[in-house]
Amino acid sequence: MRAVMATTPRLELAAPPAVPGTPILELKGISKTFPGVKALDDVSFAVWPGEVHMLLGENGAGKSSLMKVLCGAYQADAGEYFHNGEKVEIRSPADARRFGIAVIFQEFSLVPYLDVAQNIFLGREFPSRIPGLLDRRRLYREAQKVLDLIGLEVDPRTKVHQLGVAQQQMVEIGKALSQDARILVMDEPTAALSDRETERLFEVMRQLQAKGVALVYISHRMAEVFALGDRITVLRDGKLVGRALPGETSPDELVRMMVGRNVDMSYPRRFATEPGEVVLETKGLSSSNGIRDIDLKVRAGEIVGLCGLVGSGRTEVARAIFGADAVTAGEVRIFGKQRTGGPDAAAFAGVGLIPESRKAEGLALIRTVSDNLAVAGLPKLFPNMMFSPGKARRSAQELIQRLRIATPSPNQSVAVLSGGNQQKVVIGKWLAAGTRLFIFDEPTRGIDVGAKSEIFALIDQLVAEGAAVLMISSEQAEIVHVCDRAYVMRGKRIVGELGRADLSEENIVRMGMHDE
Amino acid sequence: MSLAGDISAGTPRIHLSKDMQQLIYRLLAAGLLCVALSVATDAFFTTNNILNVLRQASLLFFLASGLTLVILTGGLDLSVGANIGLSACLAATVIKATGSPALGTLTGLATGCAIGVCNGLMVAKLRIPSFIATYGMLWVLHGLTYYYMAGETIHGFPPGFRQIGSGYFLGIPIPVYLMIGFLIAGTVFAQRTVWGQQIYAIGANPVAARLTGIPVDRRLILVYAFSGAMAGVASIVFLARLNSAEGDIGEAMTLPAIAAVLIGGASLFGGVGSVFGTFVGALILTLVLNGMNLLAVNSSWQPLVTGVIVIFAVWLDMIGRKRS
Repeated sequence: MRAVMATTPRLELAAPPAVPGTPILELKGISKTFPGVKALDDVSFAVWPGEVHMLLGENGAGKSSLMKVLCGAYQADAGEYFHNGEKVEIRSPADARRFGIAVIFQEFSLVPYLDVAQNIFLGREFPSRIPGLLDRRRLYREAQKVLDLIGLEVDPRTKVHQLGVAQQQMVEIGKALSQDARILVMDEPTAALSDRETERLFEVMRQLQAKGVALVYISHRMAEVFALGDRITVLRDGKLVGRALPGETSPDELVRMMVGRNVDMSYPRRFATEPGEVVLETKGLSSSNGIRDIDLKVRAGEIVGLCGLVGSGRTEVARAIFGADAVTAGEVRIFGKQRTGGPDAAAFAGVGLIPESRKAEGLALIRTVSDNLAVAGLPKLFPNMMFSPGKARRSAQELIQRLRIATPSPNQSVAVLSGGNQQKVVIGKWLAAGTRLFIFDEPTRGIDVGAKSEIFALIDQLVAEGAAVLMISSEQAEIVHVCDRAYVMRGKRIVGELGRADLSEENIVRMGMHDE
Repeated sequence: MSLAGDISAGTPRIHLSKDMQQLIYRLLAAGLLCVALSVATDAFFTTNNILNVLRQASLLFFLASGLTLVILTGGLDLSVGANIGLSACLAATVIKATGSPALGTLTGLATGCAIGVCNGLMVAKLRIPSFIATYGMLWVLHGLTYYYMAGETIHGFPPGFRQIGSGYFLGIPIPVYLMIGFLIAGTVFAQRTVWGQQIYAIGANPVAARLTGIPVDRRLILVYAFSGAMAGVASIVFLARLNSAEGDIGEAMTLPAIAAVLIGGASLFGGVGSVFGTFVGALILTLVLNGMNLLAVNSSWQPLVTGVIVIFAVWLDMIGRKRS
């Protein structure tokens, strides 16, 4: 029996490396709690002028929350802020702007149908001498100055939607600098850039550094961390788990710091010794949603993980298998037969998708538990196409008992159930449909710990009864604990497969991040 | 223990779903209207007038019942009135040319259904919002009908055909039988078939319905085809009753039909409503307008009253649902 990866992470916090001078911004003991989640737990963080500070962590480690606290979008529950050594309050985005903090999110905040100049000075337009009108000449003159500063060669009159991603990123940076940003926070800025564009971005970053701008840089790419970083901070589960200087650490050490999340898994999984027939096979699968050349296999009696960073293409693979996105190349075989058509054909062939967003994609919230449990299995329950409410209710009652769904009655509106029970309803509707291949997309998202164990016990039971399961999860620990083997994705492709013996959080993170 | 607790524990309570409650309120409203009108006027509670109300309600119901299914999926069909125009004119031409009411009726139904299929294809396959697709279709159909008729009127049909609109069987108008037939068929279809259940599921959450393996596109085409076919039915009954076809026949029917569906408790967001509710809605609307006629209220007030009833009915539904 393998040891469960539930060791308490050891905190070995090196003292902050010695630095000359006062940090331009320092956060001490920041905590932020959301209902059910401690997003940030006593995190301290400092950044000095002219340095690039790398922020690392897995999905959900707290990087985004820290960014939002930095830019004033979230208010911390506890903690102090110091700007140039002076204690300050950051209660709103306006406060953050006043201290020169600017954040560039992955989702740009540009207005696509305005031009470059209008975007840079959005909300800060120059009034004309005629009241109520704008001084357009001055707008373009000032915009040109900003573009020269960052070395972006586009006409300030170009509409933003006509620009490429890299140029839009530069416009974002220009916008931040025009607001006199002294601390620039960037979330995976190179994720969508080509090599040449990345080089250009790094050049601009070096110029900014030389001007004393402090850069906070979130990255999932080890190469960047060591090429650009002056200082590294690692978060895990909302806690600060490590600080390091690039010269004094290694990628392996950083990966070790990032993984090792605590998961409570209080039931033993029975691993199948002999997987059955191949239920799902994809060959060279590409889809309209960007995934490329996906080869994978799932056998009966197996739980196969599909992991990788958020945005690596996992959900897109699930959608392509299920027929929700068009297949542009390659094929999907279910029980050896090529799948054609849409989700209705896939469901008919025995595939069930339990989507990531239960409420938006899995349930009809205005309908009852009974309605939702029957909806996928209608053609199977009523082969002569005549519907009987009594029979639907009896079938629902059976599922409610079998899955132990906590609801006062089958006629209860599904909207009032807890997340865990709603998830069971989504699983139940596929059981009623006689599904043999279950695709789970983040099955435990937004579900409390007790219900998580129940969901996993249920998945285990499904495969014990001969079903096949493909499971997407951002929680590496879940994959390691539950899956027979796993595929790791990066950049819309599968970059590796880990068998039971090699399945560890460290291996998943290493494969998902490396970028040779 | 409090007194209130004792009472609620001791009284057997019949649990009614929200939809059922709303329906009962509507039936009560219709009943109250009848009682009030019987008291207020001598002319209301006469066989002639009651049959007249039912016949008027039937025309409204044909359109509104098809529309109900469309609205259940979260869509809207604005082309039903214009559909009546083209279907009726083509049916009239065929009857005149061949002398066969059967062929003419078939033409009317087929035309209505074909127009509905076009709407369905635009909504399901081209993903044009139903409001836009059927609004465009409305103009296209008007254009076609006006061009085709060129201001002419076709009139004078065989007496046998006219029976469909103005005949009686056992003292009750033929359209009333048709209405009862479609009421039963529509209710069975919506409540007691797999397709009907899938239509409710699509309206409740189209994304989830698709990801649950419901063939959403095919069901959408079906409901628009059904709505078109019901416009075809209305066109035949209209034609038989009026004994003449003009280009603008049916033009004024779309908005009252939508009103009947809304008064009947359907939600424009989809997933809520029933064919029976729409029947009650059509009845309420007809009763009110009939009552106003009998009370000699200037007919100019009718649109205003219709508007007020629609808003009031939808508002009552909203507060009714919020309370739960």
